[in-house]
Amino acid sequence: MQQRARTPVQDWTTDWDHLDPQWIEDPYPIWADLRQKCPIAHTERFNGVYLPTRYADVRAVAYDTDHFSSRRTAIRETHHESGGGAPPITSDPPKHRLARMVLLPPFTPKAIAALEPKARRICNQLIDAFIDKGSFDGAVDYAQHIPVRVIAHLLGVPEDDGDLFRDWINAVLNEGITDYERMMRGLVEMTDYFRPLMEQRRKHPGDDLISYLVKQTYPDGSPFKDNHVLGSVRLMLIAGIDTTWSGIGSCVWHLATHADDRRRLVADPSLMPTAIEEFLRAYAPVTMAREVKQETEINGCRFKQGEMVLLSFPAANRDPEMFPDADKVIIDRKENRHAAFGLGIHRCIGSNLARMELTVAVEELLKRMPEFGIGGEVTWSEGTVRGPRKLPLKIG
Amino acid sequence: MADPKRLKIRVDPDKCQGHNRCKAVAPELFVLDDYGNAREAGDGTVPAGMEDKAYLAKSNCPEFAVEIIED
Repeated sequence: MQQRARTPVQDWTTDWDHLDPQWIEDPYPIWADLRQKCPIAHTERFNGVYLPTRYADVRAVAYDTDHFSSRRTAIRETHHESGGGAPPITSDPPKHRLARMVLLPPFTPKAIAALEPKARRICNQLIDAFIDKGSFDGAVDYAQHIPVRVIAHLLGVPEDDGDLFRDWINAVLNEGITDYERMMRGLVEMTDYFRPLMEQRRKHPGDDLISYLVKQTYPDGSPFKDNHVLGSVRLMLIAGIDTTWSGIGSCVWHLATHADDRRRLVADPSLMPTAIEEFLRAYAPVTMAREVKQETEINGCRFKQGEMVLLSFPAANRDPEMFPDADKVIIDRKENRHAAFGLGIHRCIGSNLARMELTVAVEELLKRMPEFGIGGEVTWSEGTVRGPRKLPLKIG
Repeated sequence: MADPKRLKIRVDPDKCQGHNRCKAVAPELFVLDDYGNAREAGDGTVPAGMEDKAYLAKSNCPEFAVEIIED
């Protein structure tokens, strides 16, 4: 990933920076320290952003849609109005509800179960390509392809277009934090790709998600506007790809670095559901953001109107007040109210899909490859989605 | 949890956000609607022997939407 020169952080309580190398390498001790000291940190960077680190405070912000808007869900160096948003993730009540309701049925556990055989085939095709080589990259050769191909299948577009998707997502989520032009180019390319497809699916509908979206109507009977459909498709890509890829990558990284947990899971696959939830808790990949719509106070901290809040579900998930031994990964943890998929009305719509992909990816890998370990230098993503980007592994 | 008391389970529809954790840990005790939101199966009575699962569902709900009533 492109490295940019940044002013080193002076004091994490008043000058935090999630693009600082220390945060990218290992953010957990930073959050633990802030939880003791602040517990809501602030930075003047990115035009002013608050950082709650306790579960209760993250929850309070997520629930308070009166004072905290989802209009901007990412913090960036420059403030630009985004074109059209990606409803419902960028919607507030009351508009949020309709935009969300329409997307829920295609993502219920039952609907997602129908995609599982396809996901297993994808995983095995990927494993076929490297299992005899003795080594592979768990992020580059495995994790990053799985959600791209599943989403392509869901949208009814060629799986080979995955490289395009990844490039747009990188433009929007990573490089776009500091490079507005790059972000806009990604968004325009995305729109140019999907607009003709929407036309085509109106004329020749299939059982894919684009066909499903273009036939939806508003309560007054009028069809969904193009920009609404485009926004939701954009959301599928932005929210459904590098998040899950990062989650799968973190699971594989944990299993590569914790042979005891890996062997326990191989010996007793019935532990898989609690293990996956625990990986989601401990390595939650997704951090969201909110804009302070109206000044308010939480836990003694004033939130100034117009500034942003980094809504770190990963930090909430490591709060020892909520989770005993929060920094320990316990694959049979019984009580786990983790917030990896958010809390409140913006609960991740794709959570059932993500869980299925994580489970299938780990199961298929362990079935074919019960022994593997780290084979080189691991690097982690920067920005608000956390996961390994280089994960060299040796088999056996 | 060896309490012989009869348990009833209830999902608060205003709190449920469709995480589906209850359905995953106690599939017998919950049903999902077309949007993936949960409610208690039947009248919510927890069959004998399933009390542990009921408490597990409660303690895994991120929205604190699952309530258990002891008769």
